[in-house]
Amino acid sequence: MSESTYEPIIIGFLCNWCSYRAADLAGTARLHYSTNMRPIRVMCSGRVEPDLVLAALRNGADGVLIAGCHPGECHYLEGNLKTLRRYKLLKRMLAQFGIEKERVQLVWASASEGSALANAINRMTQELRQLGPLRWQETVIKRVDLQPAKTVEMVRDPVGEEV
Amino acid sequence: MMGAERKFKLAMYWAASCGGCEISVLNIGERLLEVDAAFDVVFWPVAFDFKYSDLRAYPDGYIDLCLFNGAIVNSENEEIAHLLRQKSKLLVAFGSCASAGGIPALANLTTRSAIFQTVYLNNPSIDNPDQVLPEPTYSAQEGELQIPTFYPTVKKLEQVVEIDYVIPGCPPEADQIWQVLQSVISILQNGTPLPPKGAVLGAMDTAVCKECVLEKHEKQIARFYRPYEIIPEPGLCLLEQGLVCLGPATRGGCGALCPKVGIGCRGCYGPLDGVDDQGARILAALSSVISAGDPKEEEQEIERKIDAAIGTLVDPAGAFYRFGMAGSLLIRARNGGSR
Repeated sequence: MSESTYEPIIIGFLCNWCSYRAADLAGTARLHYSTNMRPIRVMCSGRVEPDLVLAALRNGADGVLIAGCHPGECHYLEGNLKTLRRYKLLKRMLAQFGIEKERVQLVWASASEGSALANAINRMTQELRQLGPLRWQETVIKRVDLQPAKTVEMVRDPVGEEV
Repeated sequence: MMGAERKFKLAMYWAASCGGCEISVLNIGERLLEVDAAFDVVFWPVAFDFKYSDLRAYPDGYIDLCLFNGAIVNSENEEIAHLLRQKSKLLVAFGSCASAGGIPALANLTTRSAIFQTVYLNNPSIDNPDQVLPEPTYSAQEGELQIPTFYPTVKKLEQVVEIDYVIPGCPPEADQIWQVLQSVISILQNGTPLPPKGAVLGAMDTAVCKECVLEKHEKQIARFYRPYEIIPEPGLCLLEQGLVCLGPATRGGCGALCPKVGIGCRGCYGPLDGVDDQGARILAALSSVISAGDPKEEEQEIERKIDAAIGTLVDPAGAFYRFGMAGSLLIRARNGGSR
């Protein structure tokens, strides 16, 4: 994929009780917004384990959006606050892996905030367009070369590029 | 004793490792005599004077059991891993480095050139006026000399060759080693079926917390402490006291030795069954004990408290993936990471 045709892929984890409905609302209200987000409905933003975010980044996502209810409005009382704690620690750790802060974002969007969600997706898409692709598989995993049999030549190359 | 029966062939190898795994094998004590009765050691660089040429001369599958410790950091490690795979019936990733990357794989948070800068140029104890860095080949008067190539990314054994079993731990506990050796001896002697390929041996399938004797209550902490910053209350869960402890996300089997003496679990026995990424799990566990999060508080106040607590964690990636970086989902940092 050339840089000029690059369109970021955003995996969106949307809370069933608010943000997923906000996305529905954005749809029924016929709002125009970026098509870059692939929504996944979860029962609560607090259900989004950090493994899921890492797996998305590893497997081809350029960014991950987690969307949940505003603090104080969680269907499960404080699931979204657990999300917030996890998210902040996760971002701090991802920085150590060289993953820019724009690539993982958390937004609050209630069921009536279709336009707020659409704006967040537009903004994030724009930010990721500027950052460029992540492509963890191509730029990291494949170059680390984990396949036992076929790869010996490549990893033995003494002048191999730094990842 | 086995008398005149055929003795089995045992090998042990260290790739990028510290030697602690071999010490742990020796720690099985007088039971070594039983190992000696059942096995002939045919390759063990730390303890016996075998050469790589001896190993190459063995027929394929000659070694019955090979305990391979250490991560794959350079081309020599990888070459011997392939050779030992070829010569061994059972190849075991022994210890944290072979099974998950271990301490050497923390190098994956930085780059090879940054490591060389530090190790060969910038360390205060370095005297290297000609700025010499290791080169894989060197032309000397006598001809071309070669040393192994240092890889940009540290790998675990399974990422290089197929393995049969894993014995985790840094180092694996002597009693656990002995139990595994006993069952291997009995399997080899009696022809009983082997455990399923890829099984984790010498460990439990429950978390360290399960065998930890410290008293546990509901956890609500406002900040984390580094070990030198507090003297923990004896008998109480360390995580409750703000000490980073990887027990909730780490496989048990060690007897929870570290928490028992006031040091948080380092995570050396690796993730539990079905977990892809140990670091992500401990991240989830640790963030859930941060006390900030009363839904009645103002959002800014909640955020401030969370930021303050997280700010006291000095090196999250290094702490969460202390032994598991090579086995993690991301495997390494890109662009040299950021510190």
